[in-house]
Order: sequence, then C-alpha cells, then structure tokens
Amino acid sequence: MKAKKVFARAYIWLLLVVLYAPIVFIAVFSFTEAKSLGNWTGFSMQLYRNLFSGAMQNSSALVSAVQNTLLIALAASIVATLLGTLAAIGIFNMKGKKRQTMTFLNNIPMINPDIITGVSLFLLFVFLHISQGYLTVILAHITFCTPYVVLNVLPKLSQMNPNVYEAALDLGATPAQALRKVLFPALRPGMISGFILSFTMSLDDFAVTFFTRGTIGLDTLSTYIYADARKGGLTPELKPLMTILFLLVLVVLLVINMRQSKNNVKE
Amino acid sequence: MNKRTGWALPYFIFLVLFVVLPLLLIVVYALQDGSGHFTLANLGKFFTDRDSLSTFALSIEVAIENTVLCILIGYPAAYILADKNLNRSAVTVVLFILPMWINALMRTLATAELFTMAGIQLGKGTLLFGMCYDYLPFMIYPIYNQLNKMDKSYAEAAQDLGATPREVFRKVTLPLSMPGVWSGVMMVFMPTVSTFAISEFLTNNKIKLFGTIIQENINNSMWNYGAALSLVMLIIIAITTMLQKEEPDES
Repeated sequence: MKAKKVFARAYIWLLLVVLYAPIVFIAVFSFTEAKSLGNWTGFSMQLYRNLFSGAMQNSSALVSAVQNTLLIALAASIVATLLGTLAAIGIFNMKGKKRQTMTFLNNIPMINPDIITGVSLFLLFVFLHISQGYLTVILAHITFCTPYVVLNVLPKLSQMNPNVYEAALDLGATPAQALRKVLFPALRPGMISGFILSFTMSLDDFAVTFFTRGTIGLDTLSTYIYADARKGGLTPELKPLMTILFLLVLVVLLVINMRQSKNNVKE
Repeated sequence: MNKRTGWALPYFIFLVLFVVLPLLLIVVYALQDGSGHFTLANLGKFFTDRDSLSTFALSIEVAIENTVLCILIGYPAAYILADKNLNRSAVTVVLFILPMWINALMRTLATAELFTMAGIQLGKGTLLFGMCYDYLPFMIYPIYNQLNKMDKSYAEAAQDLGATPREVFRKVTLPLSMPGVWSGVMMVFMPTVSTFAISEFLTNNKIKLFGTIIQENINNSMWNYGAALSLVMLIIIAITTMLQKEEPDES
C-alpha cells in the first residue's frame, strides 16, 4: 500500500513538472533582456519596465490586443450567461421531442472543433454581407460559450424545489421579481461556473477569432501571438505579460479553492 | 408551467441562426463553384488530390496516436486524483487545469523552444509530444469527473465478493468510467485533426495537418474548396458522434 502511494505521488508530480516546464521556462526567461526565448543574457527587469512604461516596439498593438481579449471575453460571457440561463429554464420545463431537439442543438457547438465553428460562421457573415469585426467575434464567442452555461445551470434547476417559483407568483410577485429574487439566487452557483468557463474559453480561443475578425486589423492576444510568431520574432515583452497573467490566475484559483474547502469544513 | 418553455425561444432562434444555418452554408458552399452553380468538383478534387489525401491520412493518424497517448497517460492520473487514499487535496486537481489559463499558443511556442534548446529536431515526434501536452488536461478532467461521480459501493461489493483488485478494476471501475473516457476522446480526437497553429509551431511548418489546409484555402479566398474540406470533417464528426451514442447502450 505504501509503495503504491509513493508511486502514485511520483507519477502525479512527474506529470505536473512536465506540464509546467514551458510555463516556468517563459517565466525564467522573462527576467533577461534577450529577444529570443532560450537566450540568457543575465538577470534584468528591463522587459517588465518596458511592459509597464510602454517603451517597446508596437506597444500600442500589444496593449490593444490585451484590451480586446478582455472586452470580448467579458461581453461574450455576460451575454452567454444570460442567454444560457434563460434557455436552461426553458429546456428544463420542456418534455419529449422538444427537449430532445434543444439538447441536440445545444450539443452541436460543443462537439464541433473550433475550425468548423470558425469557418461556418465566416461563411455565414460572408453570405449575409455582414462586415466582420468586434460584433462578429463576440457573436461567435457567444455561440461556443452558451452551451456550457446551459449545462452548468440545468443540474441546479433539478436540485431546486420547483414549487418555490410558483409560490412566489401566488404570493403576488411579478414574473420578473420571481426571477430575480427566487430563481437567480438558486441558480447562481451554476451561472457563476458557466460564466467562468465561458470567460476562460473566450480568453484562450484562437481559431474562431481568427476566422471571424475580418480584415479591420482586430487582434486578440491569440491572433497577435500567432501573427508575431509567423513573422519570426516574438515580442519579448510577451514573456513578462504571460508570467504576470499566470501568477494572477494562480492566486485567484488558490483563493477560490481555499474558500471552498473552508466552506466544506463548516458544512 | 408550460409558459416557461418559451424562455428557451431566444436561444433557439440564436442556435438556428448561428449554428444550424452556418453548418448548412458549409454544405451549400462545398457543392457550388465560384459563380454559385451546383458542382461536385470540390469534393472530387479532395478525393483525387494526392496531397490533400495524404495530409488527411496523416492528420487522422496523428489524432489517433495522440488520443491513445492521452488515454494511456491521462487515465492513471485521473484514477490517482479521484482516489481518496492516494490524493486528498483538491489543489492537485486545480494544478492540472491551471495551464489551460495560459494562452495555448504561447505554451506551444515555449514547448517548441524547449525542444530546440534540448537539440531535438522539430518533426513528428515533437508534434505528438506537444499535442499530447496541450490536450492531456482535456482527457484527465472528464475521466476524473466520472470516477468521482461513480458509486464506490460497486467496487466495494466486488471486493467483498472476492474479486482481486485487478478484477475489480477491469470488471467494475473501467466499464463504469467509460463515459468519461468517451468525452475525453471527443475533446481530443477531432480538435487534433483540425488544429492549425499548434501543428505549425511544433514542426516549424514542416508538417501540415488538415486544419492548416482548410485555413489556407479559406484565407486565400478559395471558399468553396475550403468548405468542401470542412464538409469532409463534418461527416467524420457525425460518424464518431453516432458511434459514441451507441456505446452506452451496449453496457
């Protein structure tokens, strides 16, 4: 039993070391001035200074790529959360064929690989003569985010007492009040996890954005990195940027996790 | 009660407009020539073009290898993470998902750079390693979830009835965790076939996968041929999804 435990631990840690090697690699080389990734020219905070003072080549392009990434992720996941929550309530109350159809349709964007979602939406916007830019990227992101919100909210609906909403209506609440005061609080955990999932998927997306951003020069972090790498030279300031983003996420996740386990202990 | 089914209406309209219609447009564009006349030439071109066919075969091959590799490495990891005796902390699970928050392209570039520094030639080996790297969390997580959800009493009952640990795993745990493995396969297989940026970075553009030719055609305004290639992928997705649907019925 003991040997098994040691072996299991070793396996998990080995995997984690391999999984984190590239990230550590980026972080280490963010503290040197060299342009290319594996090149160490002595310790320096210069790249961090450049990043914050904006004293670097095409700094405005990188800054706007970061802004676009965050704005698109925020807009898409807010809309996806609202649309998906309402849809989940509707689907929950459906039966038979109707419910099957909605579940089937909801599954399609999750099964489709990014490139199919991207190409198909690209053809849609071409077909409808919609000029591509922010709006089309946000619509595309809503398309692949909403199914995950639906899937996260549905289980919360089956957990709650179905009579509470009716009771609120009977006691004189308007449907909007009942929604805001009864349904949303009960569904909140599902909505939050759906929102977080949507946000992260939107942040990380490359292929769908690539096909739906049009030719107005709209860049997110992903498309910026892709174009940069294809040109041959990666903007060195991306290394400190990635390191900072990673540390932020690490802290946020650890805090969420610790609060959760504290709550579990309380319960 | 019935009125609330209408709350799904906005989403239904959204799905028809942004999911169903676009997929139909792939079919329409695939079956048209540049001036909008019906033709089978685009599909015919794919089935007679040696380059496209060999790229396609290679993509399927890499995807199968990557999926098998992810299962072989990911299953034991998920098993250990879900076992309360072997792993007590939820933080370890979070650590496996965390790398996904770092931009995948950036991680892939760093991986390729690590290979170059170690003096390893970029090629099919590095492609497979890097892909496995990117997709491993997508395999571990669904299997972990499934194992966690599983009713532990089945395994305990088997044990009480005299099954050896190996038999318990083979006859109880493994079959019960198959839905998780299947969702992992769905999240690894098709995305591998269709990646473009990742495969370009990991092989220094030496190896093209199917996603790259789709992207090249679309970007060079060869929409009809690009749509035909996408249609081929859609058909494979439909087949694999149907295969997956049949699987749970058997058990």
